[in-house]
Amino acid sequence: MHLAYPAVLSVLLFCTGLYGVLARRNAILVLMSVELMLNAVNLNLVAFDVWLSKAAEETLHSGQALTLFTIAIAAAEIGIGLAIVLAVHRNRGTSDIDKLRDTAEGPDGEDPGTGASATGPAAEKAEATA
Amino acid sequence: MTTTTLAVLVPVLPFLGAAAGLLLGRSAPGFARPLAVLPTLAALVLAVPVAARQGGGRAVDAVTELTPTGSVPVELALHIDGFAALVAVLVGCVATCVQIYSTGYLRDDPRYPSYAALVSLFTSAMFLVVYSGDLMVLLVGWEIMGICSYFLVGHYWETSEARAASLKAFLVTKLGDVPFLIGLLALATEAGSFRITKILGAVASGSLEHPTLIALLLLAGVAGKSAQFPLHTWLPDAMAGPTPVSALIHAATMVAAGVYFIARLLPFFQASRAAMVVLAVMAAVTMLGSALAALAQDDIKRVLAYSTIGQLGYMTGALATGDRGAAVFHLLTHGAFKALLFLAAGVIIHAAGTNSLAAMSRMRGLRDRVPDAYWTMTVALLALAAIPPFSGFFSKESVLVVAEHVATGHTGNAPGAAGWTVLLAGLVTALLTAAYATRLWLLAFRGRGAEAPDHGRQPVVMNAVLWLLAVPSLALGGLAFRLLPDWFDGHDLTPTLTTSVLGTGVALVGGIVTYGAWRHTTARAARLPLGAVAAHPEGDAALVEAEAIASHTPAYGDIAHAPDPSDPGRLLLGPLHRHAAVGFHLDAVYTTLFVRPVRAGASLVRFLDREVVDTYVRGAGTLPRVLGTAVRRAQTGNVQTYVSALLAGTVVLAVAAVLVATGA
Repeated sequence: MHLAYPAVLSVLLFCTGLYGVLARRNAILVLMSVELMLNAVNLNLVAFDVWLSKAAEETLHSGQALTLFTIAIAAAEIGIGLAIVLAVHRNRGTSDIDKLRDTAEGPDGEDPGTGASATGPAAEKAEATA
Repeated sequence: MTTTTLAVLVPVLPFLGAAAGLLLGRSAPGFARPLAVLPTLAALVLAVPVAARQGGGRAVDAVTELTPTGSVPVELALHIDGFAALVAVLVGCVATCVQIYSTGYLRDDPRYPSYAALVSLFTSAMFLVVYSGDLMVLLVGWEIMGICSYFLVGHYWETSEARAASLKAFLVTKLGDVPFLIGLLALATEAGSFRITKILGAVASGSLEHPTLIALLLLAGVAGKSAQFPLHTWLPDAMAGPTPVSALIHAATMVAAGVYFIARLLPFFQASRAAMVVLAVMAAVTMLGSALAALAQDDIKRVLAYSTIGQLGYMTGALATGDRGAAVFHLLTHGAFKALLFLAAGVIIHAAGTNSLAAMSRMRGLRDRVPDAYWTMTVALLALAAIPPFSGFFSKESVLVVAEHVATGHTGNAPGAAGWTVLLAGLVTALLTAAYATRLWLLAFRGRGAEAPDHGRQPVVMNAVLWLLAVPSLALGGLAFRLLPDWFDGHDLTPTLTTSVLGTGVALVGGIVTYGAWRHTTARAARLPLGAVAAHPEGDAALVEAEAIASHTPAYGDIAHAPDPSDPGRLLLGPLHRHAAVGFHLDAVYTTLFVRPVRAGASLVRFLDREVVDTYVRGAGTLPRVLGTAVRRAQTGNVQTYVSALLAGTVVLAVAAVLVATGA
């Protein structure tokens, strides 16, 4: 089989995954898209390993070994990720990542110039927390 | 054991005692007292055979070099002549007495272990100064004494007086120590060695080029350590420390170190006639000024402090006339009777609950409360006023005799002008000394008014030490003046008829005039009630004293004197009293000359730091702060935006890498 088939398939898988990660709102679907991207990479690893081992005298099949490694990592990752999504859903009642914006820059640090020039302890404390 | 081994053990034992005391003081407080007393006592016991074996014969010299130290070698050297041997015995005696006395005086003091360890360390440093034959090693002891003095003066650091006094003592003595160090280095460079014997050899061969300059630099350090004019101002203030410390450091040992140093190097100082005249003038000014100031002080310990300065003036006067035998003779007797005066004053302060003579003069029966202190203090005051046959008489007469010899040209040791200066100042000071000694005695023990408060019995150790020291105060001079010339340079120390009659005469006149003035003024005392008494009849003596010092300024308006019209000193001094009470405004002069400029400089530096340097720092911080504000706006909290930005960045980098790789 020519190398182009698995490579194109892998590109298609990766782009689908990328689209899902960037566009989907539901956290579980985002995680599934991540899995798609990982599997695209796995497919690439196996295909190129086979292609390279044809030319080589002897090979360790390191691409296939790395694939197994990635699958194990992906299993662990999806376990933790789903657990987090479950916990967030229980707490917030939603798993919509557009609504999970706690790390946004708040209005506290909007005007740092005044916080630095003031020398009072209250200002220092505010600066320390900001 | 050889004499050298014994002599090495003398400074080492108190040092080990101090180290052990500092280490074990907190964990094993039961050992604090033995660790304080026993090493000092052992050092005294060893110093006696060292003196006996030396016996005034050839000096014992021993030297070892630990490591090469560059151009001029620094060696661990002993140089024990008659002076060193006898002064070491005095130091051991007084230090042992003070350690024993302190066990009673600071009976309940929580900081006693560190106090005793510092006193031991101080004793060790003084032994080092006395025995050392190398000026650098001497300087080590000299500086250790300075720092110990700082800690001990500040023992009652809860009171602001003690804190200020300890800093002042440290800074003023250091002001003299800097020229002293420069002088030592210059001397060693010219003589090629720090060893005293080699320096004296270089002096004898006349190979020194700048004797006057070096001698004046060294005199600055001596003036600081021995509290001579104009660097004496720290000593009266140092009376804010505990009384045993005053007795040990500020009467018998540390302040004597300066005098002893000149005595060791006297041939070198004699090489410069200008230095000898400066020394004589310094001694004369110190003697007269301090005696006048002593007559106006209200704090009993400050009277004694000024009297110490005056007696040290006698010693430097004797040195200025080129006779170290008389100077060290006076050092020995003065060490004994001044230690006794201070220790007795500590007992009196405890019994009276105040350190103010004005308050004591309004108490009846103080001498019946402390009969031991009364009798021993009387002996010591008679010795101080140089009344025969007490020990002070013989030593003071020996000083006056050498001054007379120099003045009349019998000996060519020193310029005649120096002789006249010392002789006249010495006679006037003898009059004033008798006057303030009489005033102190009358005000302290002949008070009238309310019954003296009952502060309980004095600890036995304190009274025992007083009697122990009363023996040399009474008899040392009379017994020693025939023997001492064998130990010293061989100059005769016998009093002559002229100076004896003159000296005793003026002393008697001073005493009688003061008595008359006191009879005249004492009637007023009853009319003007005055006095504040510490309210701790159960406390130990140190607590009472700290309280008395702290309450003097609120009660009387000043730490040094009291507004007491029944004070005979006020009548005797007349318009001079106002100036004498504040030490002739020397502190005010120093404030104007040194303290104000330094404070102004400090505020300038503060301004430069706060307003100028900090402005640059704040300015440098502005740009990063603005950039940070801009970057923070990108933080929307939406994870997908971040990932999109990451993807865009990756694509841009990948395209750039491809373009570079293809060479487009």
